[in-house]
Amino acid sequence: MLRTFRIGGIHPPENKLSAGKKITTLAAPKQVIIPLGQHIGAPAVAVVKKGDTVKVGTLLAKAGGFVSANIHSSVSGKVNKIDNALDASGYRRPAIYIDVEGDDWEESIDRNETLVKDCKLSSKEIVDKIAAAGVVGLGGATFPTQVKLTPPPGNKAEIVIINAVECEPYLTSDHSLMMEKGEQILVGVTLLMKAVNVSKAIIGIENNKPDAIAHLQKLAANFNGIEIMPLKVQYPQGGEKQLIDAVIRRQVKSGALPISAGAVVQNVGTAYAVYEAVQKNKPLFERVVTVTGKGVANPSNLLVRIGTPIQELINAAGGIPENTGKIIGGGPMMGKALISAEVPVTKGSSGVLIMNKEESVRKPMRDCIRCAKCVSVCPMGLNPTLLMNSTEFTNWELAEKNYITDCIECGSCSYTCPANRPLLDYIRLGKGKVMGIIRARKS
Amino acid sequence: MILIAVISLGVIGAIGALLLYAASKKFEVYEDPRIAQVQEALPGANCGGCGYPGCSGFAGACVKADTLDGLLCPVGGAPTMAKVASILGKEAASAEPMVAVVRCNGTCSVRPRNNQYDGSQSCAIASTLYGGETGCSFGCLGYGDCVNVCTFDAIHINIETGLPEVDEEKCTSCGACVKACPKNIIELRKKGPKSRRIYVSCVNKDKGAVARKACTNACIGCGKCEKECPFEAITVTNNLAYIDYTKCRLCRKCVAVCPTGAIHELNFPPRKEAATDTKTGADKPTPAPKTEKTPVTKEVAAPQEKVKEKTN
Repeated sequence: MLRTFRIGGIHPPENKLSAGKKITTLAAPKQVIIPLGQHIGAPAVAVVKKGDTVKVGTLLAKAGGFVSANIHSSVSGKVNKIDNALDASGYRRPAIYIDVEGDDWEESIDRNETLVKDCKLSSKEIVDKIAAAGVVGLGGATFPTQVKLTPPPGNKAEIVIINAVECEPYLTSDHSLMMEKGEQILVGVTLLMKAVNVSKAIIGIENNKPDAIAHLQKLAANFNGIEIMPLKVQYPQGGEKQLIDAVIRRQVKSGALPISAGAVVQNVGTAYAVYEAVQKNKPLFERVVTVTGKGVANPSNLLVRIGTPIQELINAAGGIPENTGKIIGGGPMMGKALISAEVPVTKGSSGVLIMNKEESVRKPMRDCIRCAKCVSVCPMGLNPTLLMNSTEFTNWELAEKNYITDCIECGSCSYTCPANRPLLDYIRLGKGKVMGIIRARKS
Repeated sequence: MILIAVISLGVIGAIGALLLYAASKKFEVYEDPRIAQVQEALPGANCGGCGYPGCSGFAGACVKADTLDGLLCPVGGAPTMAKVASILGKEAASAEPMVAVVRCNGTCSVRPRNNQYDGSQSCAIASTLYGGETGCSFGCLGYGDCVNVCTFDAIHINIETGLPEVDEEKCTSCGACVKACPKNIIELRKKGPKSRRIYVSCVNKDKGAVARKACTNACIGCGKCEKECPFEAITVTNNLAYIDYTKCRLCRKCVAVCPTGAIHELNFPPRKEAATDTKTGADKPTPAPKTEKTPVTKEVAAPQEKVKEKTN
């Protein structure tokens, strides 16, 4: 019996159209737009100014706080301007525009493809190097990695869990990365283990990727303490708390950090970025992005420089098909519709999904029939319909009492609702309000 | 048998009555009778516009307070406060009547849509998801959260413009719409003499070119009004002009110089030809004379007119 998390969960159609496709490198565009806030936490502070010449890998912006990350140039060229740029949600936020000239990399970056296995650095040096390279969680939440590797006092990591489940339908970027960069990922995992001083790591992979499981299992034989664990396909297994439950059968208390269960969870893409940062001195300025959709001529996994307009990716995959309803940034479950195809790829972009009009349209909402399907699928054990109602009637105490702040916004409730109720929309609103109330109470 | 039952029940009843009487005397809570009187004088809408939880909360606060300074029932206004003052034998604080003002004039015709939203028809939810259906991420979303919270039926969405309009006769300036608007577009402003007032009907903080591209009625932060104002009532911060209504003397000079028509004047008599700036004359026609006949018109009278004449 394969393991999975024990509460709730759904299994939407997988639609992994781009599975098995090799990663192709997308050439740098004419201009990149690199936002200063690509991660959770404070936006980075620009250290370059208009007219500066930058190389690939040059530091553009320094972390603007403890929970923040450095940002590096993904191209070589001239800083055109530092101005507000449209982000995926239609708000304008500060970004650095760079006009591309040639492809001149910083000399410190090791561009050799050979695998570097040994690392003599101490755990602190590894964490510092990761911080300097601006590595953030590449699963989509973009939490600065060095913060996760520095457990708050009183907590001790016991195990590193690598999230390679890729539970979102359609997305295959992690899958392709595992097939092509398996050894590098495993070195990255050893580095992460060293960074938090643990001797055990488990890589959780859903068993809809048998080739990746077999491939990594073969490679892991040469590494100490790394185990590959096939998991039953279940959404949202990629959620941190769900994965911890699935892999080591521990539950994280409401409001607590995963480290309280002794686990440090990192995405498989992050492990690869850590390898590149520590062993190759390469900052995080490119990532694998899946471009997919039922109407897309050539669904693909592209290695893209951060800051490339999404339109370029779509062009590489065969252009925007006719009858396109929405372009989603991310997967179909947690992704958000993009306001324009001109918005840039950021560190958190795992996929671009093009949906046709029929797929993308929202069905009309009807009255709740009290079937409690949302309750049974909620992976956090919440009561989504109650939370939606308490938000609708602005009963924040009721929402707080029913743990609205524990919602991971996976969307299983909205997906499963037979009355098409926008449960998550309301819960997200209520969660924001309640968190604001809690913050105000604390200060 | 019946007699025993009647007597025993009667005795039990009498003992109970005595106990209750004693308890009510012993644990009597004195409540100021004036609280009830004040509450009687209040409108009883329980809108919370005064900042207290309902009318009884406000009545309690009035009775407790030494002076009525800072206490105002926005629904009842001055007459109600005068009544409250006479009950309590205190001086009623004089308060300027206020009114809700919608600071967005991005009508459908001047602010083109570049995407379509099909989620929940609620401004609060839409704003947690993204910037909105137009290029302006500051402007009115138009799903009517302000309409839904108004207990006085004083704000409605105009289908033609897609923007809410305040019926100033009904508006009690309780501020419910101000709180409900996730974009902070609605502001309580001084009603002004004869309901005349001037305000910047835009909250876009983007740079001029960006704002203008998204909406031709947007404030572009050019600063002309700031320079023109003889009373230092206008400040431009973050590419957006704001008129301080406590300093504004309603001279209307800013309205004439605004290149985009973002500054609105309401309920003024028509200007004389000489007073109109020739440069902006074409862009900014004199308000129609109907404002003169009915000094209290709906909020949107001016903007609507402008739109019509611009598109012609």
